[in-house]
Amino acid sequence: MERLPLKSKVLNENQIVAESLRERFREHGVLCLNLISGPGSGKTALLERTLASLDRATRVCVLTGDIQTDNDARRLAQYGFPVQQITTGGTCHLDGRMIEKHLAAWDLDEIDLLFIENVGNLVCPSSYDLGEASKIVLLSVTEGEDKPLKYPSIFFKSDLFVLTKIDLLPYVPFNADVAEANARLVHPGIEIVRASSTAEGGLDAWLAWLKQRMAQARQDTLAPAGA
Amino acid sequence: MHELSIAESILEAVRKEIADRPGTRPIRVGLRIGELTAVDVDSLTFCFEAVLKGTDWESLRLDARVCLLRRTCNDCSNEFAVVDYNVNCPTCGGGSTKLSSGDELDFDYLEVETDGTPAVKVEGAE
Repeated sequence: MERLPLKSKVLNENQIVAESLRERFREHGVLCLNLISGPGSGKTALLERTLASLDRATRVCVLTGDIQTDNDARRLAQYGFPVQQITTGGTCHLDGRMIEKHLAAWDLDEIDLLFIENVGNLVCPSSYDLGEASKIVLLSVTEGEDKPLKYPSIFFKSDLFVLTKIDLLPYVPFNADVAEANARLVHPGIEIVRASSTAEGGLDAWLAWLKQRMAQARQDTLAPAGA
Repeated sequence: MHELSIAESILEAVRKEIADRPGTRPIRVGLRIGELTAVDVDSLTFCFEAVLKGTDWESLRLDARVCLLRRTCNDCSNEFAVVDYNVNCPTCGGGSTKLSSGDELDFDYLEVETDGTPAVKVEGAE
């Protein structure tokens, strides 16, 4: 019997694909954001309102993942931006190969902002790098404020936490400050915005964050690699 | 149930590792799984047995070691186990600390047997 040391990561194959996607996004100046939440937290609604409010000159594309149906792609296609549905047929997360395959239909030079709406699941998508610039986790006020402690992985790996459906706060026993404090326990540096996809001005903080990240992505693309 | 995809990735990696070692059979594969990775070891073990069914390697075993959350203090370099998500250094009280363990999903080792003659080094068999 012999013991061979193994140094690689278990998801090494996915990591290789993800790194090549990340490099392509950087080269072509694409800001890629990976939206993750449990089912029903409002990922599609947030994207709908975001697409509706974006300047028509902004070149946005959306890849939306679900286990079954192309309902989300049809909802999002109404706003006039290119949308593709990724139907996983049972798999609970998107992986790098699925993104690579669906991107083949698009010219990255024609995209400034790529949203990936992951399969509704607070656990599995956190393990799979899709080459995104940032993971974004959504949690709605109709869920529990202890979710960041129950599902620490995704809060740890996300750069931004969007607390959604805050228009419902008067009607539900949810303490937003506690939810945010829990997220900061798991990930002290996480950025947080509160959002409502139905209230007037409910997406102002989210859109400001988005605008700032897009400006930063443009600068990073203009700067030479490794600078 | 991403444990099933992960189990398939493990099997694929083992196949690759021994592809250029004829007569070698994998016995046990060691993994390091961080607390933060949201991978359930029992579920992964179950899925791994399922993906091995019907292959020549049904006796291949997983040895998954769970790595608890640990952080290192940027001020005094103390490394400590994180209790109740408290990220502050218990020694100097500093709040500037970084993760040093807990998010790994890594291979550790692969135990192999060569042509039913244990204790024979793979290099010697070539």
